[in-house]
Amino acid sequence: MAKLIVYYAHPGQRHSHTNREMAKVARDVDGITFVDLYAEYPRSNIDIDKEQQRLLNHDVILFQFPLFWYSTPSLIKEWQDLVLEHGFAYGKGGDKLDGKRMMLAITAAGPEDAYSKTGYQQFPLRTFLTPLEQTAGLCKMEFTPPYVLFASLRAPKEGLVDPHAKGYRALLEAVRDDRLDYADAASRDVLSFETLPIMEGA
Amino acid sequence: MESFLVLSFVFLIAGVIAVPIASRLGLGSVLGYLIAGIVIAPLLQNLGVDVISLQHFAEFGVVMMLFLVGLELEPRLLWQMKSKLLGLGGLQVGLTTLCVMAIAMLLDLSWTISLAIGLVFALSSTAIVLQTLNEKGLMKSDGGQSSFAVLLFQDIAVIPMLAFIPLLALPELADLAQSVDVAGHGTEAAAGDHGADSHADDGDHGSGINLVEGLPGWQRAFVTIAAIAAVIVGGSFLTRPIFRFIAMAKLRELFTATALMIVIGIALLMTLVGLSPALGTFLAGVVLANSEYRHELESDIDPFKGLLLGLFFMTVGAGINFGLLFANLGAIIGLTIALMALKAGVLLALSYIFKIDSSDRWLFALGLAQAGEFGFVLLSFTVANNVIPSDIADQLLLIVALSMLLTPALFILYDKVIAPRYAVAQTREPDDIDEKGTVIVVGHGRFGGIINRILMGAGFNTVVLDHSSAQLDMLRMFGFEVFFGDGTRPDLLHAAGIDEAKMLVIAIDDKEQATALVHYISQSHPHIHIVVRARDRNHVYELYAAGARDIIRETFDSSVRAGRSALEALGFHPYDAERQVRNFVDGDREALRQLAQVYDPDIPIHQNETYVARAKEIGAEQEAFMRGKSKAFASRADRGWVPPTLSDVEAEAEKNDG
Repeated sequence: MAKLIVYYAHPGQRHSHTNREMAKVARDVDGITFVDLYAEYPRSNIDIDKEQQRLLNHDVILFQFPLFWYSTPSLIKEWQDLVLEHGFAYGKGGDKLDGKRMMLAITAAGPEDAYSKTGYQQFPLRTFLTPLEQTAGLCKMEFTPPYVLFASLRAPKEGLVDPHAKGYRALLEAVRDDRLDYADAASRDVLSFETLPIMEGA
Repeated sequence: MESFLVLSFVFLIAGVIAVPIASRLGLGSVLGYLIAGIVIAPLLQNLGVDVISLQHFAEFGVVMMLFLVGLELEPRLLWQMKSKLLGLGGLQVGLTTLCVMAIAMLLDLSWTISLAIGLVFALSSTAIVLQTLNEKGLMKSDGGQSSFAVLLFQDIAVIPMLAFIPLLALPELADLAQSVDVAGHGTEAAAGDHGADSHADDGDHGSGINLVEGLPGWQRAFVTIAAIAAVIVGGSFLTRPIFRFIAMAKLRELFTATALMIVIGIALLMTLVGLSPALGTFLAGVVLANSEYRHELESDIDPFKGLLLGLFFMTVGAGINFGLLFANLGAIIGLTIALMALKAGVLLALSYIFKIDSSDRWLFALGLAQAGEFGFVLLSFTVANNVIPSDIADQLLLIVALSMLLTPALFILYDKVIAPRYAVAQTREPDDIDEKGTVIVVGHGRFGGIINRILMGAGFNTVVLDHSSAQLDMLRMFGFEVFFGDGTRPDLLHAAGIDEAKMLVIAIDDKEQATALVHYISQSHPHIHIVVRARDRNHVYELYAAGARDIIRETFDSSVRAGRSALEALGFHPYDAERQVRNFVDGDREALRQLAQVYDPDIPIHQNETYVARAKEIGAEQEAFMRGKSKAFASRADRGWVPPTLSDVEAEAEKNDG
């Protein structure tokens, strides 16, 4: 059993379709910790000690958020700036996150083909996520490719919200039960509800 | 009654006219008073006023001044001064006495008379020097501190001098005194009035009561020590309950009465046991320097001190006997200048020994070069005790008065010629800002208390003024620097250091007082930032009109938070609730700002047309907001994180594909 914490960050939840459903699912999974960052810190006064203790208490840290301007919503950045302290997460004596795992669950408004050299976003999605990937690297954490829903604004119309949310549940339960094939996952660019490398049984 | 009114009016009008003119001309208030005294001298003579006895009355101002000086001086600081006090002060008095005595003996006076003259001239004028140093803000400088040490030593030294002088009495003068009427200056009444006279054996000045008279030496010593102990213990433990008691009456004048009662009571006690009242009140001042009632006492006593000292200086001016002066003009002026040169010389020599440098050295030497008011006292006393013949004493009186008259001129010399020369070369450390806070917090209740805690937590010095004793006691227990007093009084704010303050926080309950205080401070101290608590909307407008810009409504923020809590409890996401109230706050404050700008305290709101028009507009907007259909507010709350509509997305996608 891996101890999993989900950090959910969405400042405009009233307007969300997919992330709201995903959050509902994540809240519902037994045996994991779910944190709505914007609900816990509506005035950005992040409790550093509390957050560091949370990190110490868990093995897998998963950030769930909509991609805003090729990055995270601002509160996650604030959280990183404050919580990932020198001497805690990195630098001299900063080995507290050593061996833990960072995961991402992202919705992107653009379609998958836009995130390529020839697409209008010009870069693959993973390029935009390199700051997070290297954050994990500096903190000696394992980084797992993100669980992504592209063209998220069209998802309700195309009936993709539900399968994506169900896949999300399967992913969280698999992480919790050590049934996710991390080696397989690492070989992919991104994960989707159709390509989750979940092992049977265990 | 009538003559009292006439007399008061003469002195007051002389001071009111002369002092501002003198200050304007850069001569200082002391010279203004002295000149006023000279001008009204003939008038006083016509009215048959006894200038000298008036002067003795006015000398009580010196007692008050020493009380105030004591209040500024914590025991710790006094202890730090001990080497200066004894070394510098002792040497100054000793050397000056010896030099003057030597010169007097060269002038063919007997050694007893010469010694007495030496003692008289060794003293300087506490009244003039401290007043001038305070006025010029030089009190904290090295020269000012040294001057103060010497003056304090002199004031203490007067007591043994008074005990010693009768021993110098000349038998032939004593015989003469039986038959000769001591003319001119009424010197016969003086010594008794001062009460420091523990050897009053002459019927002429037996008016003072003296408890220790006739006691054996050891008992006298015991009573004296007991009296000093009473002042120290009483000052430490009794003032607080007394002030708390009178605070219940909530009458401003009662504090003044109490402060006067304390000072006069101590002076009386000291007089009764044959000690200097100035010393006693000084001691009481030092004891009370740490008290929370310190600023209150200071501002209560200060006006009396000022008036009495003014009166004192005027009587010095009025007491100059011009007939005698012009008869011996050359000799007296010559002697005066010689005396001042001698005193300055001694002081200069001491300044080298005690390493008082640069411009401070000159301040010290020139400032203390005059003879002082205690010289008058000692002279009267020497005449009464048959130590100095009265004809010599009259001339000496003139010298003392003239030297005091010349002192302001020396300060001007220092200011205009000496100080500028050193101004460039001087790289002295800045003075410690004492306890004068960078922030003054008026009102330390539920509102001001929080502000103070935040400021202190961030490392700022604050001076807190509050008029609730109960509140203060509790805060004192936690080690806060708090002072008792009504912070809306300009004099108390002055005592608390408003002139040095960067910021004034007004957190009192009373609307009108807060507005008046804002008005006063924004006029008199425009550089000071004011943070003020407003009771409600209309109070905000009044404070804005009075000149405040940092105005905080006392219940607004908590109401907003309560509203936010309600939204959260009704199922709003906390971040949505936060944004909702943030927009409300922005809108409300903007409306308030706009209305404050068109508000006019002189026009009733309903007659102020611009105000009414603007208020209507804003009212309509707010009503719409409350009904949840205002564009102005709601769209702001909803902006951000609204995804584009699906049709927009499709159109964009087609464009990109194509």
